[in-house]
Amino acid sequence: MEATGLGAPKPRRSAGHRLADLFHGRPRLQAGTLLAGPVGWLVIGYLGSLAILLIASFWSLGELSGEVERSFTLDNFKTIVEDSVYRTVTLRTVGIAAAVTVTDALLALPLAFYMAKVARPSRQSLLVVAVLVPLWSSYLVKAFAWRTILSEEGILNWALDPLGLSGPGYGTLAVWLVMSYIWLPYMIIPIYAGFDRIPDSVLSASDDLGAKAWMTFRRVIWPLVFPAIVAGSIFTFSLTLGDFIAPTLVSSTQFIGTVVKSTITTNLPLAAAYSVVPILIMIIYLLIARRLGAFEHV
Amino acid sequence: MRLTRRNEFLLKLASGATLAFIYLPLLVILIYAFNSTNTQVWPPDGLTTKWFGEAFDNSGARDAFLLSIEAAALATAVAIVLGTLASMAVARYRFFGRETISFLVILPIALPGIVTGVALNTSFTQILGMELSLFTIIVGHATFCIVVVYNNVVARLRRVSGSFEEASADLGATPWTTFRRVTLPSMRTALVAGALLAFGLSFDEIIVTTFTAGAGEQTLPIWILTNFSRPAQLPIVNVVAVLVVLISIVPVYLANRLSRDVGGAAPTRGGAAGAVAAEGTAIP
Repeated sequence: MEATGLGAPKPRRSAGHRLADLFHGRPRLQAGTLLAGPVGWLVIGYLGSLAILLIASFWSLGELSGEVERSFTLDNFKTIVEDSVYRTVTLRTVGIAAAVTVTDALLALPLAFYMAKVARPSRQSLLVVAVLVPLWSSYLVKAFAWRTILSEEGILNWALDPLGLSGPGYGTLAVWLVMSYIWLPYMIIPIYAGFDRIPDSVLSASDDLGAKAWMTFRRVIWPLVFPAIVAGSIFTFSLTLGDFIAPTLVSSTQFIGTVVKSTITTNLPLAAAYSVVPILIMIIYLLIARRLGAFEHV
Repeated sequence: MRLTRRNEFLLKLASGATLAFIYLPLLVILIYAFNSTNTQVWPPDGLTTKWFGEAFDNSGARDAFLLSIEAAALATAVAIVLGTLASMAVARYRFFGRETISFLVILPIALPGIVTGVALNTSFTQILGMELSLFTIIVGHATFCIVVVYNNVVARLRRVSGSFEEASADLGATPWTTFRRVTLPSMRTALVAGALLAFGLSFDEIIVTTFTAGAGEQTLPIWILTNFSRPAQLPIVNVVAVLVVLISIVPVYLANRLSRDVGGAAPTRGGAAGAVAAEGTAIP
């Protein structure tokens, strides 16, 4: 290459190149420019909204006007903690979220194990798709399907009638069933990934050392797959905690979600305060999950 | 792993039963779409395809469908830009708080949908004094769609070495040229997969939407929800439900195909990892 002397005139540079010079050798500036948009959106837009939610939970409704008054009061939280209706609804919601989580774990374990360790590789990928498709298909349609199935003249009663039985009908039991159904794939996928990470040799070793299937499961598989179950449970628990559509479709029972939904138009500060409850529950849940090693598995 | 005959049989039985449990309700809805009467009684009296024609002629359903497409397309566009920028920063640079970015991006879907919904609703109506509209729907959807694009693209960028970009810069390319000619081609399929998933996610979303949609805006899921309880509309709701399932499944299928043919990863593992990455982000 021809050496250009120091005195040679600088070639005219395009705007793009001049901009490039500005960023050249400044990784912090580069990363900062990339991040400005997304972090701005999420911090100002999203975290900002959460902060406003928190602030609004201390507001109140004017007694005469019924308008939102921006003053500081703890009354909303007092209501939530002291009023037995809210306490019952909170406990019921946490109860159903826990029941759904346990049900899904029990249903997911055999299927996920079969997918990861027993099925032939060709069938394995087919099964993954078979679980993913319903996971992504419309939440609302799934809830709607169950509303139809559980109705008085629906398919469940039709199938159970010859046996002299009848389905659960609409109610809390139906909510448990529908939620377990809707969130099941969210449990299967992490557990499948958890099983998939266990080397086959570990299982053969346990086998060779004379352990029966149950012993291998309890002493080898369970400890290795447990964090994956906790990872899956974050989804099933959180999603059940905030749901208000499935409960309205198959029951008239009140949950945190249904109460927030019906309160927001009449008493926004109270609705805001009540939606702080699932946030707190999830923070506690996530802290426990992290302790149990779930975050390496999400 | 070696299983006794009996254990293998039990395992297959349990797996088969769970799969049946997953698919039967979807099958029931599919059958009802062809139900000849407008009562939801099992077994159906007869089968017909006439409701499909009526559904296409139903202006409410058609408007809702178009609004959903519009909202999903615009929310996906925002998510593509923001998700790609964030993933490039996280995959290619080291900086203080890098770990926090992944957490920040996933937060809108890790928290219950109702929290996101109420928070956005409060900000829009109380602080910004805005009327709820298509714009507010898009802002809400884009917020939780960023994570899908981000997860897919960041996973890809981590597998592709950054030295190609350095080489390009050393050869005198501007950052924009490097992005266009080097980075973009290497992440294209992941980006398309992420975009498809974001579109599917937005198209179906109902919980956040109920809090961010104005009275005049009905997305397809909201239209379904308001028409559940109207017996005259029920057959059309069934048809629309089947269409919604199909529209949300096609992007997932394509995305799964796209994320599989990547970077020499074994099909099942790559597929599963991509799936979990994408899955982590699914929201009702």
